[in-house]
Amino acid sequence: MTSFQLIWFILIGVLFSGFFFLEGFDFGVGMLIKSFARNDAEEDVVIRTIGPHWDGNEVWLITAGGAMFASFPMWYATLFSGYYLVLFLILASLIFRGVSFEFRANMETAKWRNFWGWAGTIGSLCAAFLFGMLFTSMIAGMPIDKNGDMTAHFLDYVNLFSVVGGVAVTVLCLVHGLNFIRLKTSGELRERALSWNKILYPVLFAGEVVFAILLFFSTDFFDKKPLSTTAIVVALVVVTVLAYWGVLGNHEWLSFIGSGLSLISVVVLIFNGLFPRVMIANNSAYSLLIKNSSSSPYTLKLMTILAFSILPIVLVYFIWSYWVFYKRLASPKQNA
Amino acid sequence: MLNLGLDILGLARFQFGMTTVFHFFFVPFSIGLAFVVAVMETMYAIKGDQDYKRMAQFWGKMFLYSFAVGVVTGIIQEFQFGMNWSEYSRFMGDIFGAPLAIEALAAFFIESTFIGMWMFTWDRFNKWVHTLFIWLVMFGSSLSALWILAANSFMQNPLGYIINKQTGHVQMVSFSKVLSNPQLWNEFPHVIFGAFVTAAFVIAGCSAWRLLKRDHVTFYRKSLNVALIIGLIFSLGSIASGDLQTRYLINNHPMTFAAMEGLYKDSTNKGEWTAVGGFDTKNHKSTWSVDVPYVLNLLSYHKTTGTVKGMNKVNKELHAKYDKKFGKDINYYVPTKTLFWSFRIMAGAGALFALLAVVGLIMNRKKSQAIMKQRWFLYILGLCLWLPFVVNTAGWFVTEFGRYPWVVYGLLTIADAVSPNVSVASLLTSNIVYFLMFAGMGLVMVVLCHRTLKAGPDAANTDGYAAGDKEIDPYSKGAFNHD
Ligand code: HDD
Ligand code: HEM
Ligand code: HEM
Repeated sequence: MTSFQLIWFILIGVLFSGFFFLEGFDFGVGMLIKSFARNDAEEDVVIRTIGPHWDGNEVWLITAGGAMFASFPMWYATLFSGYYLVLFLILASLIFRGVSFEFRANMETAKWRNFWGWAGTIGSLCAAFLFGMLFTSMIAGMPIDKNGDMTAHFLDYVNLFSVVGGVAVTVLCLVHGLNFIRLKTSGELRERALSWNKILYPVLFAGEVVFAILLFFSTDFFDKKPLSTTAIVVALVVVTVLAYWGVLGNHEWLSFIGSGLSLISVVVLIFNGLFPRVMIANNSAYSLLIKNSSSSPYTLKLMTILAFSILPIVLVYFIWSYWVFYKRLASPKQNA
Repeated sequence: MLNLGLDILGLARFQFGMTTVFHFFFVPFSIGLAFVVAVMETMYAIKGDQDYKRMAQFWGKMFLYSFAVGVVTGIIQEFQFGMNWSEYSRFMGDIFGAPLAIEALAAFFIESTFIGMWMFTWDRFNKWVHTLFIWLVMFGSSLSALWILAANSFMQNPLGYIINKQTGHVQMVSFSKVLSNPQLWNEFPHVIFGAFVTAAFVIAGCSAWRLLKRDHVTFYRKSLNVALIIGLIFSLGSIASGDLQTRYLINNHPMTFAAMEGLYKDSTNKGEWTAVGGFDTKNHKSTWSVDVPYVLNLLSYHKTTGTVKGMNKVNKELHAKYDKKFGKDINYYVPTKTLFWSFRIMAGAGALFALLAVVGLIMNRKKSQAIMKQRWFLYILGLCLWLPFVVNTAGWFVTEFGRYPWVVYGLLTIADAVSPNVSVASLLTSNIVYFLMFAGMGLVMVVLCHRTLKAGPDAANTDGYAAGDKEIDPYSKGAFNHD
């Protein structure tokens, strides 16, 4: 394995971490449109919290996908063709949710506003769940043949472990979204987000414990890397506890960063466990490895130079745009 | 499983065609509208004329609808290389992935960040800064077009690569060769100019319909004026750059060119150009045609003499060149009728656009009322609103079908590129669902644009979510109190 290969493996992990941190609250807020907001005006405010940001957040996914294609074409090809149906459903969810914000805002009748509100809610929910399911089943190992083609059946990726993983990621996104709403609104919505999170965190703890147990039985992570895997699982629980403490003690920033870090620890857990593989095959001889799935040294070097010169600039204006919109939105007056 | 005679390859191709064509309805519309809106807002910044601000906001709404659909369909595009064309991805990843990743890093972040800034900060920044935002969006989307076309150009005309002996995959050896590909620099201006033409004629068409109703006459006449000036400049630009491309093809893709012109046999020195004709694609000959002498040479070489190779000869040359590698059974004839008619639609429309723009600008002079009296002209403009979408698609048909039977010219056939492990059932399901979703989104788009037009330029701006727009300074006391 060359150092460029290692850099790109890490960089893809970083891009997915960025994606889950940002799109995590964005999915969470999306799910809350029809469940948390109680009327049309509240829905407006909920959506408005992510209005200027959701597209930029999604670009993290697009960048991660593009970077995977550029640096590990074999990984990209196996993963994307193997998970055809799951990705297809993810795309459908992302499409519904993506257009829903713009379409809803421009609908005249309550019925259609309602329809697009639901499209945003269900789209966000499904996308979060499916991403969780995809990554969980991926680390459990998949039927992959000599050519690197994965031919998985429904039960290979829909099983107890992957469903628990999906639910855990969904709940994580949900609490992350609520934490974001606490930062971005004032009044009634901000209060309600607090009371919701007080209930949801215990659920999340339960989910994380079940997930950790299943992780032990379904993957080889604890066999191969007992120390680091245990450490990351503990870290996951610790940041969740911190976030919960933030919720109880009304430290809004702490709880938001905490829930974001929980999502990032999940990504770290996955990438740490994968290493030095990128796809785990049931027949371990056919697992795809970092060292034989990547692009040529020339392309990797080129991409490294470009990524390290462009990414810092992107980060500057990306963060600046959050700064510009760092204002609280008032909750609408009741019965207004 | 029910056997409908469907195979993976056919379905994957259908899906690729369908999703790209749909994506590319919105792409040129978004790029073009970003440009036109940026021009309008700049005029407002310079002149301080409120009409231009209203124009930017009004047409900006359509831009936002188009952008939303463009974005969500783009994600399908990126993913489907891995999903449907995994062999292609393995073969091409070393070269194709790089522009795609850079596109996301360098272009999509700019676009998506600044569109949010533009949308929600009309009264927060001074007008120059706010105008800068839309120019940045415009810059970002052109940059994205540049990178994706760089990837596409490699497929049309591979340069700067070697074949890796062990894996058999392509491997990049020179990034600068990939970027300086002449195919790219022929394609890029043409695509961008086409995008500007698209937005210009959609705006012109919409304005024409409103003028027929004598609605907000000053506003729509001003919009029409901006649109037609831009339309004129860039339809001439499309013609000029299209001419460059045509002449580039003669040398680089003689098969494509011969099919565009419907030539099975080599042309004679008289340069007979087939204006319209019929073709027997089984037996490789033309059945009837209306010919005009010398035009073919004028088009191809800008002079009256010369000959052009016909498809039959090119076919032989290609067999001689590639039989060793790909076997004798490959069919090198490209879908002739598709290319022939697509090219005619495109070139004809290019000329029509330029003509309409000239006539329209003359009629729409400030002091003249001609445009309001010549209702037939407004009807024509109104109908031509749909034409740019057809033309853009026709252009891509020429390019993409002209590459047949290869995905990567001379290196990889379409049949070898498809994912072997995806089932017909999955592909069929996704095709049907995508189709329904696209139909739905297209419908909503049209309805929204109609409604926006009907509501008129004075309607309140709903995109800022007026209801929730009561912001509280995070540092004010109230923000931290729990009242
Ligand atoms: C000539 C221009 C052009 C062409 C040929 C394509 N696109 Fe595109 N694409 C754009 C120009 C563009 C754009 C103007 O930048 C879009 C359209 C509207 C928009 O919002 O951005 C966009 C959006 C867009 C997005 C979403 C970006 C975001 O979230 O901001 C993705 C992932 C892609 N495209 C990917 C592709 C791929 C993989 C293509 C090839 C098969 C492709 N596009 C063809
Ligand atoms: C610049 C980015 C593009 C890339 C990388 C690209 C690449 C491809 C690929 C991989 C295929 C499938 C293989 C094949 O069937 O030939 C294809 C086919 C096709 N593309 Fe493109 N394409 C691009 C842009 C477009 C656009 C913008 C359009 C239309 C608006 C278009 C229209 C088509 C059509 C109609 C087909 C189907 C042809 C067939 O069935 O053989 N393409 N292209
Ligand atoms: C007289 C005018 C025109 C001529 C001679 C012309 C010529 C061409 C040619 C030869 C191609 C194929 C290039 C290839 O296969 O590599 C092409 C492609 C294309 N054309 Fe045109 N064109 C004209 C006008 C237009 C107009 C008005 C539009 C849009 C509104 C347009 C949009 C496109 C697009 C989107 C493509 C596909 C991308 C590309 O290869 O550049 N064209 N054109």
